[in-house]
Amino acid sequence: MPILLDLFLTFAKIGMFTFGGGYAMISLIENTCVENKKWITHDEMMTLTVIAESTPGPIAINCATYVGYKKGKIPGAIASTLGMVLPSFIIIYLISRFLNHFLEITWVANAFKGIKIAVGILIVDAAVKMLKKMKKKPMQIAMVCLSAASMMIISLYKLNISSMVLMLAAAFIGIIVFVINNMMEGERAKK
Amino acid sequence: MIYLDLFIGFLEVGFFSFGGAYAAIPFIKDVVTAHNWLDEEMLTYMIAISESTPGPIMVNMATYVGSEKGGLIGAAIATAAVVLPAFFIILLIMVAMNKFLKNRYVKAALSGLKPCIMGIILVTGVLMILKNCGLLFNGRADILTIVLTCSIAFIYFGSRLVMKKGMNPIMLICLSAFVGIVVYAF
Repeated sequence: MPILLDLFLTFAKIGMFTFGGGYAMISLIENTCVENKKWITHDEMMTLTVIAESTPGPIAINCATYVGYKKGKIPGAIASTLGMVLPSFIIIYLISRFLNHFLEITWVANAFKGIKIAVGILIVDAAVKMLKKMKKKPMQIAMVCLSAASMMIISLYKLNISSMVLMLAAAFIGIIVFVINNMMEGERAKK
Repeated sequence: MIYLDLFIGFLEVGFFSFGGAYAAIPFIKDVVTAHNWLDEEMLTYMIAISESTPGPIMVNMATYVGSEKGGLIGAAIATAAVVLPAFFIILLIMVAMNKFLKNRYVKAALSGLKPCIMGIILVTGVLMILKNCGLLFNGRADILTIVLTCSIAFIYFGSRLVMKKGMNPIMLICLSAFVGIVVYAF
């Protein structure tokens, strides 16, 4: 299959089955683009997640554009982004035009209740997979615990702090640790 | 001019919403109410629709508001506007990427960012499951949902021991939608 068509169809499939926002989609992209199609490596997926989180816009679009550009330059980026958007565009357009009481349809509501269960599981699964493959140095482990604890507090007490603040702090700590390590190695080299 | 309004409004949303749709919802609410596009009740309904249909939530919201206000063309314009900033920013990063990612300080920042994101994602998932089961924020424990969550998780993770690759996420979504339709009907 030509790569542009492949990109378009693959991301249309991901778009069709992504519920509940970007995090749940990480599992789908990992499964399709890393494990099956081998378009990107797991490590790239991790970097991509960081980039998608720290740039504006829907995470799904960030991911589609990234993978598309990597496999097919600008046409590839357009094909995969269009693929990502088209299914939901058609579905939402039809609902808004023709179905005024969509969420009141019993089986739709029940199906969505079921899907919500899957979304939680997929998000945890994505995190666990990443944690398994992480280099387990003390700093990494401390960082995971620190961010998990902060996120827990922010969500449970409904504090008005964006996860962007956590990420900025994490980037800052990463740089500080790097600078300190460098200085210590410099000292050692002098001796 | 509604088309121009939609375009600029959702360009703003696409440009200033960091950290995914849930973080962006309050911001989208502001933009929509500032333009008087939807009333409070419609807004709540629109958010519920966007969350329960497939696709990126922010894109769903743009399509919905665009379609309500400007028909098919409005929907297309709002959707394009919400997508464009992310599209171009990623392209820009990709073009500069190789140099950018090899920078020592960028690498150092990434080494802090990666574990931080894993923590955020893990907690988001765990809290979502707990909340869904009614175990958070003074909710009433929903025994049926707890049982379903455990069984579906058992099947999903268990399938990896039995089958070579295990169930894929799409199979999981279909299974849980089916289980929802059957079980919650009673």
